Amino acid sequence: MITDSLQALASALATRKVSSVELTRQYLERIARHNPQLNAFITVDEAASLTQASAADERLAKGEGGPLTGIPIAHKDIFCAQGWLTTCGSKMLNNFVSPYDAAVIARFKAAGAVLLGKTNMDEFAMGSSNETSFYGPVKNPWKADCVPGGSSGGSAAAVAAVLAPAATGTDTGGSIRQPAALCNLTGMKPTYGVVSRYGMIAFASSLDQAGPLAHSAADCALLLNAMAGFDERDSTSLERPREDYGKELAAAADDRPLAGLKIGLPAEFFDHGCSPDVMQLVEAAIAEYRKLGAETVAVNLPSMQLSVAAYYVIAPAEASSNLARFDGVRYGYRAPEYQDLNDMYSKSRAQGFGAEVKRRILIGTYVLSHGYYDAYYLQAQRIRRLIAMDFAKAFQQCDVILGPTSPSTAFKLGEKAADPVQMYLSDIYTIAVNLAGLPALSIPCGFAGGLPAGLQLIGDYFTESRLLNVAHRYQQASDWHLQRPAGFN
Amino acid sequence: MSLTLEQVHRVAHLARIEISDGEAQNTLGQLNEIFSLIEEMQAVDTRGVEPMAHAQDVAQRLRADRVTESGQRDQRAAFQEIAPETEAGLYLVPKVIE
Repeated sequence: MITDSLQALASALATRKVSSVELTRQYLERIARHNPQLNAFITVDEAASLTQASAADERLAKGEGGPLTGIPIAHKDIFCAQGWLTTCGSKMLNNFVSPYDAAVIARFKAAGAVLLGKTNMDEFAMGSSNETSFYGPVKNPWKADCVPGGSSGGSAAAVAAVLAPAATGTDTGGSIRQPAALCNLTGMKPTYGVVSRYGMIAFASSLDQAGPLAHSAADCALLLNAMAGFDERDSTSLERPREDYGKELAAAADDRPLAGLKIGLPAEFFDHGCSPDVMQLVEAAIAEYRKLGAETVAVNLPSMQLSVAAYYVIAPAEASSNLARFDGVRYGYRAPEYQDLNDMYSKSRAQGFGAEVKRRILIGTYVLSHGYYDAYYLQAQRIRRLIAMDFAKAFQQCDVILGPTSPSTAFKLGEKAADPVQMYLSDIYTIAVNLAGLPALSIPCGFAGGLPAGLQLIGDYFTESRLLNVAHRYQQASDWHLQRPAGFN
Repeated sequence: MSLTLEQVHRVAHLARIEISDGEAQNTLGQLNEIFSLIEEMQAVDTRGVEPMAHAQDVAQRLRADRVTESGQRDQRAAFQEIAPETEAGLYLVPKVIE
């Protein structure tokens, strides 16, 4: 039962083959058994989850269930959930029991989904390996001495090891797609503005976007249907007509379901920098897409090579401003001893934040300070424009853009932890998408040395449905996404 | 360019993060490595390119300036329950004005 798709779980719940309480209990048991080894969850509250599950069962009994009613879902610990510890992976929020629900949490609640627990993550979503978490690193279920990716690494590890059927994540520079790639999952970052950021602890507000992590594109479509929608409490939430993101998936398929689709292959994704074994799997996926009827065209994203540099100005700049709120006054950590107000701020922040977060606050403070603003911040914003223009031009020639998600499979724990620049470069293929605000997803495309690799598909603004369909057709013709790591029975 | 130790101390002060001399020294090396990556940007001619602050070309929404929430007193209590130190509905901090 527990390894099935969300759709299968929903129909089992609807036909009363299993109750939400039974289902939730099964996942809680799996968490109890395997989480000590994986460290994928920061908070599990069995009683709270089971209370939600029995409420869902009542709804189902009355025939009031929707596609997610009764399904347990794990949430990245960046989403505020009323009555739940919400740490954002930081000592700073080690005592923060949220007094309110994030929009994403409220939407899943309204859909009748069960909150299965809060997942581990890089501190304040700053990291690509989950090693910056105050709560310790997460292990990759495919290989225990490897990272699961980050920053949504706990969510990815939990779904990969089937401790949850699906999870939420957030993606500021690749934090959904890269862990999806490293853990053999399907993970999507929607167009900026599609999912409300209300109650989602801010890292870089012009880049942050929430999205789903699950086994398949079909599952992601169901999750995105629940997550997306206008919210007046988020000033950048977009007012758009309601959309069924799975609408293209149900269409009957012949053996060339993607006939007419133009896939752009940017030279910059295939030039260098990607490990040959990952590239081989990406090439095989391209061959599969041609069989499915798609044609490929060469495109160029010349400014993409500057995306990491521009990102490490813009994201820290926004972070330094956003994280100013953690001052030990209204919530979170306060240093036990201090002389005066300034000393209280400085000591609380020095003791409450970890090394990577402090590093980024310092970078951000510096690039925004007098005399450096034009040279760094404005220059980065201009390059951001060039990158967005590159994508706009490419989408005149193609419908979707394809490439690797990450330049390598999962790397070893500790391998890049001491070298920030090397860590930053592991997001080389994902960052440009956030700068432009485009939707993108990562899907499993095979294994190298026993570790999964991810294929990235990038779409033009608001083409989530098409992207999910392009992913879905590949998943109908392949079984990479159905592979599960050994040892989690 | 590269940063100086003095600049690291100054930026840490601006960011209200206490930093020891040893930490500052260590941070200096890391920041300089990161800035050598960031410096790649300087080689690009961006004259005439409008800075892009936001992914969507939309204007900020406006709303009427009126109270939309109810139960403020309960909400305040819920929010202050998790505060480090409060008294009579106020957040307490060390004395600022003598």
